[in-house]
Amino acid sequence: MIATIWAWLTDPANWSGAGSIPDQTLEHLRLSFIALVVAALIAIPIGLYVGHTGRGRVVLVNIVSAFRAIPSLGVLFIAALLLLPRLKGELAFELPSLIVLVLLGMPPILSGVYAGIQQVDPAARDAARGMGMTGQQRLWRVEVPCALPLIFSGLRSSMLQIIATATIAAVVGLGGLGRFLIDGQANRKYDEMAGGAILVAVLALLVDLVFAALQRFAVSPGLAPAARR
Amino acid sequence: MIRLEAVTKQYDEGTPAVDNLTLEAGTGEITVLVGPSGCGKTTSLRMINRMIEPTSGRILIDGQDTAQVPAARLRRDIGYVIQHAGLFPHRTVLHNVMTVPRLNGWGRARAETRAREVLELVGLPGDFARRYPGQLSGGQQQRVGVARALASDPSVMLMDEPFSAVDPIAREGLQDDLLRLQGELGTTIVLVTHDIDEAIKLGHRVAVLRQGGRLAQFSSPADLLAHPADDFVADFVGRDRGYRALSFQQHEVPVHPEEPVPLGQPLTRRGDEWLLAVDEESRPQGWVVPGEVGDAPVGREHLHRGGTVASVDGSLRALLDAALSSPSGRGVVVRDGVLAGTVRAEEVLAAIQAAPRPDGTSIQDERP
Ligand SMILES: Nc1ncnc2c1ncn2[C@@H]1O[C@H](COP(=O)(O)OP(=O)(O)O)[C@@H](O)[C@H]1O
Ligand SMILES: [Mg+2]
Repeated sequence: MIATIWAWLTDPANWSGAGSIPDQTLEHLRLSFIALVVAALIAIPIGLYVGHTGRGRVVLVNIVSAFRAIPSLGVLFIAALLLLPRLKGELAFELPSLIVLVLLGMPPILSGVYAGIQQVDPAARDAARGMGMTGQQRLWRVEVPCALPLIFSGLRSSMLQIIATATIAAVVGLGGLGRFLIDGQANRKYDEMAGGAILVAVLALLVDLVFAALQRFAVSPGLAPAARR
Repeated sequence: MIRLEAVTKQYDEGTPAVDNLTLEAGTGEITVLVGPSGCGKTTSLRMINRMIEPTSGRILIDGQDTAQVPAARLRRDIGYVIQHAGLFPHRTVLHNVMTVPRLNGWGRARAETRAREVLELVGLPGDFARRYPGQLSGGQQQRVGVARALASDPSVMLMDEPFSAVDPIAREGLQDDLLRLQGELGTTIVLVTHDIDEAIKLGHRVAVLRQGGRLAQFSSPADLLAHPADDFVADFVGRDRGYRALSFQQHEVPVHPEEPVPLGQPLTRRGDEWLLAVDEESRPQGWVVPGEVGDAPVGREHLHRGGTVASVDGSLRALLDAALSSPSGRGVVVRDGVLAGTVRAEEVLAAIQAAPRPDGTSIQDERP
């Protein structure tokens, strides 16, 4: 079994041309990044607002847990059914998948940003206010930099969710590594299925490593656990 | 000068947190607000820089009504120090201290030069600038907090329980340094504490507040100890206030010559009398008993260090304490750190008897 999976993964025929491993990997990444960017653009400002002002805390917590309960495949089919007749071309297939991925990617970012801002030392916030920083200055110069570790972990778990879930885009005919899973199953080619699953896992791991590197670069050493007493 | 005029703060219904408080904090002085927990000290302090808006009344700084100044603007001109320092953990010590000058539009180079200057002032030279707050002790963090508040050279500084969370030894040092700094810079300081000893040590004037932010007494520390206005103040100031009042009294006390023995050399005198050991610069190090030293050179291991040391121009309390705490019964007195002689407890007590008392009231008297 392992030998046949290895054979599939290393078969040169699978590494070139349309529908090849590099091709589907790029497609998978493209969908995932669009979804992450859209999710972040929506979730970060909301998280910052709630964290900074403390307003709407309860609503946010409820929304986050509600979103987490969403069955992704169900939403995908509903979105596809509703949108297919109204949209033309590639977008008609892509949009339902993107909606699912964005919905799924938002909760970790929301709670990461909100929790990050919330856990900033109250004394530091108080000092910032007392020395004459405006609300915006406090947010950008104190709260956000101090929240970065949790903001990053929110983004990372969101990205992992999105990459894992992007495989279901293949169900409605889109590209991406999910193709190998769906097509493999349809053709009873289990080496292709297992190979596809491994590729998804490896991709998720590599992308997470990139994020970890970014985080190291962006977060102040003063916030590293080693710098704390 | 900071003037609170009939200032009241009511949070919700119920009793006010601060009730009709009128108070003047003199320019170039340390004014301490002291009182039990929940009596409205923090609220009073934070109304001065408008972190809390008064329900009624006015607050003037040098004649200017603070309500007329935009809040953020006002705060950038007032130093602010709080209990847990509130340093920014993501910024180095240097950048923490540069914060307010930068907010005030100073260039980077000028702000950095100034930051290094004030760090030096608070006793954190050189290498500390590059560290992060998480790498400092509580006392050091508090020093950085003071440096940060002083960086833009404010004429007014507000301090809310600045030393309460620091261990007692570090606290002593911080208090002494604050007194020295304030003396050098002439900053007008309003300081909040629940610790009456700290209030008496630091304050030029002390305002004792009672529950509901009502002023119980506002006077000099010596006066507070000698004449508590009522039972609440007397109780709050504490039992041994007569003894502590001696901190503010000075009187001539005879200083006897003391023949010291140098550290590191064998004794030339025998007997069982206590001898005072000094270092090369004649600074007192501790007491030795010849019987314990024998023929060996006098070493640090022979020293009895129980006694406190008083300055020749120190208070009667310091002199009495030196005499009472000395194992030999001779209180060590120094001038600029160098041995000046010793005093005897009975002579200090005689001086206390002879010293003039405020308003002719005996300080040992309980109020009638
Ligand atoms: N934000 C607030 N809302 C309602 N009540 C408050 C608030 N802040 C303080 N208080 C109340 O006002 C009183 C004075 O508080 P505070 O000024 O903090 O006292 P202190 O600093 O002397 O301990 C207390 O009874 C406290 O419970
Ligand atoms: Mg308080």
